[in-house]
Amino acid sequence: MKRRHRRIALITGGLAAIGIATALVLNAFQSNLVFFFTPTQVSAGEAPEARTFRVGGMVQTGSVQRQSDGLTVQFVVTDTAKTIPVTYSGILPDLFSEGKGVVAQGKLDKNGLFRAEEVLAKHDENYMPSEAQHALDQAGKTMNMRP
Amino acid sequence: MIPEIGHFSLIATLFIALAQGGLALIGAAQGHAAWIAFARPAARAQFLLVVVSFASLTWAFIAKDFSVAYVAENSNSRLPLMYRISAVWGGHEGSLLLWMLMQTGWAYAVSRFSRQLPDAMVARVLGVLGLVTVGFLLFVLLTSNPFERLTPAPIDGLDLNPLLQDVGLIFHPPLLYMGYVGFSVAFAFAIAALLAGQLDSTWARWSRPWATAAWLFLTLGIALGSWWAYYELGWGGWWFWDPVENSSFIPWLVGTALIHSLAVTEKRASFKNWTVLLAISTFSFSLLGAFLVRSGVLTSVHAFATDPRRGVFILMLFSVVVGSSLFLFALRAPKVGMGGRFAAISRESLLLLNNVVLAVATGAVLLGTLYPLFIDALGLGKLSVGPPYFNAVFIPLMIPALILIAVGPVANWKTAKLGAMAKHLRLPAVVAVVVGLVTPFLLGRWSIFIALGITLAAWIAASVLTGILQRMRATRSGLLAQPRSWLGMHMAHLGIAVFVVGVTLVTGYETEQDIRMMPGDSVSAGGYDLTFLGVRNAQGPNYMAEVGDIELSRNGQVLRTLHPEKRTYTSSPMPMTEAAIDANGLRHVYAALGEPLGDGAWSVRVYYKPFVDWIWAGCILMALGGLLAISDRRYRLKRRNRRTAAPSQRTSS
Repeated sequence: MKRRHRRIALITGGLAAIGIATALVLNAFQSNLVFFFTPTQVSAGEAPEARTFRVGGMVQTGSVQRQSDGLTVQFVVTDTAKTIPVTYSGILPDLFSEGKGVVAQGKLDKNGLFRAEEVLAKHDENYMPSEAQHALDQAGKTMNMRP
Repeated sequence: MIPEIGHFSLIATLFIALAQGGLALIGAAQGHAAWIAFARPAARAQFLLVVVSFASLTWAFIAKDFSVAYVAENSNSRLPLMYRISAVWGGHEGSLLLWMLMQTGWAYAVSRFSRQLPDAMVARVLGVLGLVTVGFLLFVLLTSNPFERLTPAPIDGLDLNPLLQDVGLIFHPPLLYMGYVGFSVAFAFAIAALLAGQLDSTWARWSRPWATAAWLFLTLGIALGSWWAYYELGWGGWWFWDPVENSSFIPWLVGTALIHSLAVTEKRASFKNWTVLLAISTFSFSLLGAFLVRSGVLTSVHAFATDPRRGVFILMLFSVVVGSSLFLFALRAPKVGMGGRFAAISRESLLLLNNVVLAVATGAVLLGTLYPLFIDALGLGKLSVGPPYFNAVFIPLMIPALILIAVGPVANWKTAKLGAMAKHLRLPAVVAVVVGLVTPFLLGRWSIFIALGITLAAWIAASVLTGILQRMRATRSGLLAQPRSWLGMHMAHLGIAVFVVGVTLVTGYETEQDIRMMPGDSVSAGGYDLTFLGVRNAQGPNYMAEVGDIELSRNGQVLRTLHPEKRTYTSSPMPMTEAAIDANGLRHVYAALGEPLGDGAWSVRVYYKPFVDWIWAGCILMALGGLLAISDRRYRLKRRNRRTAAPSQRTSS
């Protein structure tokens, strides 16, 4: 009897732990998935409002503008078909520059301006963020981005 | 000529490993004493040959032999000697050669420190390791030969990736690899035990120090990677839940479960099947980590080359290892039996709970890491799973684990009395609650998160200290007279407490500011004032730098000048941020240059990071605890009972 009790206790405990963990995981998972959209998708209205997502492509040449406080930057992300204006306040990564790939994470405001909380352009200069590359591929105009 | 010697040594190693894998395993199965005896010298010969091979590549780097393609890609005539040596493992091919060096080095260590083991067992272990070596050597020789020549030879090399020109890199990959590869020894012990049909506490005692050794290296490797990302990448965070980090953290979690499960198998002969499964999983996850990082599936500083053949090869290797070992497990596991019984409240059940929590945590990290890759591979879209997911899942899972750390060591094996445990834990509980509630007040801002973190850390630390004192009193002997493995456990747990303090306080009290500074401007962070004096140009051996001068002062008293740099390496147009950090063990003041904004103004990143050093100090304590545990005398005791230790030995002799 005792052995059976022990086994039942173990199994119940194990199942309860796994059940709770699964609930936790799935709940957190659902609310924290960050989807990626290309500028074309964003301008077609596919991107969610009031939810964080990622947008990627190339920083349009000549589009980077700095506000007078020196830290707020506006630039345009393009997938060569459509564009989306982005604003970001903070220090940009070393590899951020015009004509290079970029991925920004943030939210879209009511005026269609993408307010980035994070700008990703890390790693080395030969590296095109795969999401940015994807955006260009989707736009059907993949140029030879890799030097 | 010398690079060719390196290449030939590798080919010779392949044949010896192949012979070793075959002869030792067949010999052990059929009781051929001569074939069994081949295992040890073969392991030593392999190590020697790979040392020769590694030395040849190192020579090519030191001598600037740019006719070797790998050297030309990862070095440059102006690269300082120290980095020319660390560049040996700065790229894909060389890092695999380092992997081989570690792999054969571990096998060599097994051949040396296994005198107390039956020869047939050693032959099986070395045979399995030989087969693993064959797999990796084929990978190196067929897809990633570091000795390939370039004709015509270039006049100069390209240079080492500037990110990797740092002391952190010199040690991070070797330590990490020591961990990854070290788990192949625990794996080989598990497979050997399955092959011999001999899964018992003796087997657990043999493989325990090896698993702990691998675990301690992996701990150090991950900690060093975290430290490196913190200051070298200029991000100022210590963990990002980046897929690359996760792929080293997953084997760590499973490995941690393994060393705890091995304790049960050694002491009580329970959990045998589970322990074997963990040993197989730990090594498999190490391989999976290598696949994710090296194949280019994940784009990162670690993905050196995106040659699809390499990814396919590692995936095949992974499938063969996982498939064959799980097949063997399925064949043999039903015969193993249950082992010692235990009550619902006992050290066994608490360690089981530890394993459940760690397994669930592994699953959660695995899900967050692999899900985006699967979705992408299936063409269902692109998404990412960010730190919020991992924090939301991982932190609640770790809270019960942290509570259990103090409870497990005071529980008796087989059956434990709640009353006796409560008596041991009363004092730590009071200390924990008081310290946890008061500390946030002393530090200036109270929050439930900080109070919880400090309470948990104090709970662990106080239970470790009272546990040690009680035992010293009970045994009437000093600290050093206690068993080393027991002390090691407590030291590692204390490391967890230190780590939790670091994580809690840095997360709770850090400040991060990105600001625009003109020369003469000041900013304050954590009670310190930083005055920006300006930026000047400087010249390094293979880079140009813009060096900032930032005066650090407190209450008007100048402490020192910080020199954050912005470097541009001659070999690449990529600018590199070198942060400047003032550290005193209790806090970091961290300054990094952003970019010039005209008129001598710069954007500057100023962080105040209290107790951030404790994160890495905790990891070092954990690793030292592992080291202490390995040095326990009982792992070196001669086998007393040959009947239980080596049934196969008896048949062969």
